[in-house]
Amino acid sequence: MDNVLAFGAASGQAGRVDALFVMIAVIGGFFFFLTQGLLIYFAVKYRRRLPDRDNETPAITGNPLLEFLWILIPSIVVVVIFYYGWRVYTDQRIPAAGATEVHVTARQWMYEIRYPDGRTAINEIRVPAGKPVKFLLSAADVLHGFYLPDFRVKMDMIPGRVTTLWVQPDRPGSYQIFCTVYCGTGHSNMLAKLIVMSPHEYEEWVEHGGREGDEGGEHEPLVVRGERILSNAGCLNCHAVEGKEKIGPNLRGLHGSKVPLEGGKSVTADEEYLRESIVDPGEKVVKGYPNVMPTYKASMPPDDVRAVVEYLKTLK
Amino acid sequence: MEGVGRMEAEGNGRGYLSERGWKSWAFTLDHKRIGAMYLWTTTVFFLIGGVFALLLRLELLSPQARYFSNHTYNVFFTLHGAMMIFLFIIPAIPSGLGNFFIPLHIGARDVAFPRLNLASYWVFAAGFLVIIGSLVAPMDTGWTFYTPYSAKSAAAVTTLSLGIFLIGMSSILTGLNFIVTIHKLRAPGMTWHRLPLFIWGMYSTSIIQVIATPVVGVTFLLLAAERIFGVGFFDPTKGGDPVLFQHFFWFYSHPVVYVMILPAMGIVSEVIPVFSRKPIFGYKAIAYSSVAIALGGFLVWGHHMFTSGMSPLANAIFSLMTFFVAVPTAVKVFNWTATLYRGSITFEAPMLYALTFIFLFIVGGLTGPFLGALATNVQLHDTYFVVAHFHYTMMGGTVMGFLAGLHYWFPKMTGRMLNEKVARVAWALIFVGFNVTFFTMFILGVRGMPRRYAEYLPKFHTENVISTIGSAVLAAGILVMCWNFLQGLRKGAPAPANPWRALSLEWRAASPPETENFPEIPLVTEWPYGYGTPKG
Amino acid sequence: MSDPSGEHGDPAVAFESAKLGVWTFLATEVLLFGALFTAYTVFRIRYPEMFRVEHAKLDRVLGAANTVVLITSSLMVVLGVDAIKRGKARLLEAYFGATILLAGVFLCVKYAEYAAKFHHGIYPRTNLFFSIYFMLTGLHGIHVLLGMGVLSYVIILSRRGRLSASYYTPAEMSGLYWHFVDLVWIYLFPLLYLVG
Repeated sequence: MDNVLAFGAASGQAGRVDALFVMIAVIGGFFFFLTQGLLIYFAVKYRRRLPDRDNETPAITGNPLLEFLWILIPSIVVVVIFYYGWRVYTDQRIPAAGATEVHVTARQWMYEIRYPDGRTAINEIRVPAGKPVKFLLSAADVLHGFYLPDFRVKMDMIPGRVTTLWVQPDRPGSYQIFCTVYCGTGHSNMLAKLIVMSPHEYEEWVEHGGREGDEGGEHEPLVVRGERILSNAGCLNCHAVEGKEKIGPNLRGLHGSKVPLEGGKSVTADEEYLRESIVDPGEKVVKGYPNVMPTYKASMPPDDVRAVVEYLKTLK
Repeated sequence: MEGVGRMEAEGNGRGYLSERGWKSWAFTLDHKRIGAMYLWTTTVFFLIGGVFALLLRLELLSPQARYFSNHTYNVFFTLHGAMMIFLFIIPAIPSGLGNFFIPLHIGARDVAFPRLNLASYWVFAAGFLVIIGSLVAPMDTGWTFYTPYSAKSAAAVTTLSLGIFLIGMSSILTGLNFIVTIHKLRAPGMTWHRLPLFIWGMYSTSIIQVIATPVVGVTFLLLAAERIFGVGFFDPTKGGDPVLFQHFFWFYSHPVVYVMILPAMGIVSEVIPVFSRKPIFGYKAIAYSSVAIALGGFLVWGHHMFTSGMSPLANAIFSLMTFFVAVPTAVKVFNWTATLYRGSITFEAPMLYALTFIFLFIVGGLTGPFLGALATNVQLHDTYFVVAHFHYTMMGGTVMGFLAGLHYWFPKMTGRMLNEKVARVAWALIFVGFNVTFFTMFILGVRGMPRRYAEYLPKFHTENVISTIGSAVLAAGILVMCWNFLQGLRKGAPAPANPWRALSLEWRAASPPETENFPEIPLVTEWPYGYGTPKG
Repeated sequence: MSDPSGEHGDPAVAFESAKLGVWTFLATEVLLFGALFTAYTVFRIRYPEMFRVEHAKLDRVLGAANTVVLITSSLMVVLGVDAIKRGKARLLEAYFGATILLAGVFLCVKYAEYAAKFHHGIYPRTNLFFSIYFMLTGLHGIHVLLGMGVLSYVIILSRRGRLSASYYTPAEMSGLYWHFVDLVWIYLFPLLYLVG
């Protein structure tokens, strides 16, 4: 029955949450129509008939049996709902054996991913389908959230603590991850993806050193590669290419322009400036943009940085 | 009812409003004037908070930031939340209508400590001035002030914390005053079971205010101390615990939703019998369920934190307790509905708002179990589903109750009648606008849109546009209503002492009441719900 | 603090009201300190070692002396209230004056303790134990200060001849408050200075 009721649920667990949702909706719907129905029915039926004279109204002040029943019945109903909700939740909290572990650290405003084998990534988690995966969540600065709507689960990410969450993705696909605990200016841009691959593709991807198809192959042009990295590394969560400015300065037209810095100096945005601003953003801070950007020294290899810089140069 | 006609005093015009000049207000010890000052102040903040809400809806017309930057959006939703909660919904009914009507309801000349009452208004005023002062570096932390963000934010969090501390102090003093007033100043013959249900609601509310508010006071002091002295209770880098802040915060802020809703339920319990011409059904159940909600409300704060990494056992206990608090609330709804049975119902504005309260509160109430049940809570927590749920209970509930109260008691407070036709137009706009605005948010929540998002994925666009259109209708309704109030104040028809033929004591005083409330303290011989005409 | 004046016709009602008001107020005070005691408990359980080491840095002798000072001051309040019940206004003023004096001694000792801590480079930000220590004793100190104000107000009332054997509500109510302030210290002293 799990999957019959699932609305695009991405796992069996999510299907069970949906079933619970439907059950509460049915019970709620019943009481909704009962109470609203009576409310409206009484309001219409017992409206005053004559403009100047009240209907005869009986002096009813209560009915012990009725009142007892409508304390008892809701009590039973809520205990049933509680029990069901608790059971589904408990099963959801106990990780299945042999789960792949993925460490996720949130910071303003990105998710840093670390796989057990040492691979790292930003804002993109890749896992094989059909195998449980356990997320070990933490935060580097303030509270963040880790919400997988398709799996019907979320967990807060708390600095100084590790919280956990596990899912068993059934089907390959790309699933949205949202930050759900308000974390400042870039909160609504703090997005990430859980990419579930078929086991076969996943194997291939791992063998390729974490690259897909011809991505990152020898023949991928530097600019194409730079664009891909730019969007995967979360840069666009804070920097717009064009349009309304986000948290940091816009990227279009940056290369070659004169950038005013904190402290009155200014600098021409050449290749070295762009590189430095990625790996060491606190070094030269643009006037009016207090530095909140994390360093990409560890998470972005020099080759990738070079590609990003090349791409930035094309944004005229 | 015997006694009503005899005790009815004809208004000599301006009653307690006779004295003029600012000093007659600023230094008044009259509970009615102090109540009126609270009503004016809180209504202004309601309108300001509403403007922020409209700005939020405007921005959400498009998925990308269009009119304001993300930071500005964050400031707006923080100010919307903080103003609505601390400066409108917590004080409006308790301090405003409560001040005005508790002494009138129980047959007293004033509250127990009139000077303390005036002091609490001015502490409140100091509080909101400090909060306004904090706008030099406006808050962007959300109204929950979660650490560590609030401890690090460059906004004037310290100033704001002190402002809220003052507001809390005012709230405590008011609650204390009401508890003593209700215990000690009831008119002769006014036994506990003859108290109007509004008083039961206010009494339960006052208990919460007195017990819960000091905890949030300390919490905000600690937050300020964290920023000033570097105290590390909530700072993980010093061994502190950000989740402890959440526990402290919700230990207050959950019970406080009952501070918001219980008095509104009291108003509805007053209005329904009057306009149905029927005794209230199950008086004792309604009265004691208020107290039960107030006490039970202290044991459920953890349900705001199911995803904060608490142990599954703690989560289970909080979830179960949450469900039990739902039962007395359901009982009240059943009782109100049963009161309508075989009544003689008329649909003046107060009754329309009271029925709307029940209607919307049922929706809010029935969406509660989704959030109380653990598994669905984990899904829906911090999404728009929560936003919709609490707007149905807080705005659909409390604000509708407040409006019912304002329309019901307007003739008593001002000595003038409102234009009934305009009131109904306003009501219709508010009802439609409200549902369009907030029902779509349930759908957004189920579809997974997180709250506090300045920008959102394009797939949520349609619902957001519908919601914004609804908010415009809602705003139009509120404007019409405000216009009607102002018109009523200026040139409404003179109100008789008892336009609704109600039996509770306040209607025995003149409209508007004299400073002394009653020519002589009334002798109470019956409960206030003796409606019904068994003999025809 | 409540301000029980003769605004109600019936003095008995006024007295009862004032009493209920003060007790309710004390209930909020309990919760105010209760939150901090909760924080104390949470962190004590989490970091027993830190509490054991750090609490030894507090001066037990000064703490004990202050305990004696406060208990004596509470005794003075009791004697003062008893005096006014017998109509002896001058005696009340003397006893309450003594209470205020003792409260002053308490604060001076507290000041000396704080100064010593600052001198050794110990501040509220030093660690969680001292965060709690300074928050709790600081909040308590503010209450002592407020108490001194309330007691002074009662003395002024008495000098103006407003208190008598038939009306002594302000004296009794301020006394209740003072006992509360004393009681908080009775909990603070062992929890911070003694329990290791």
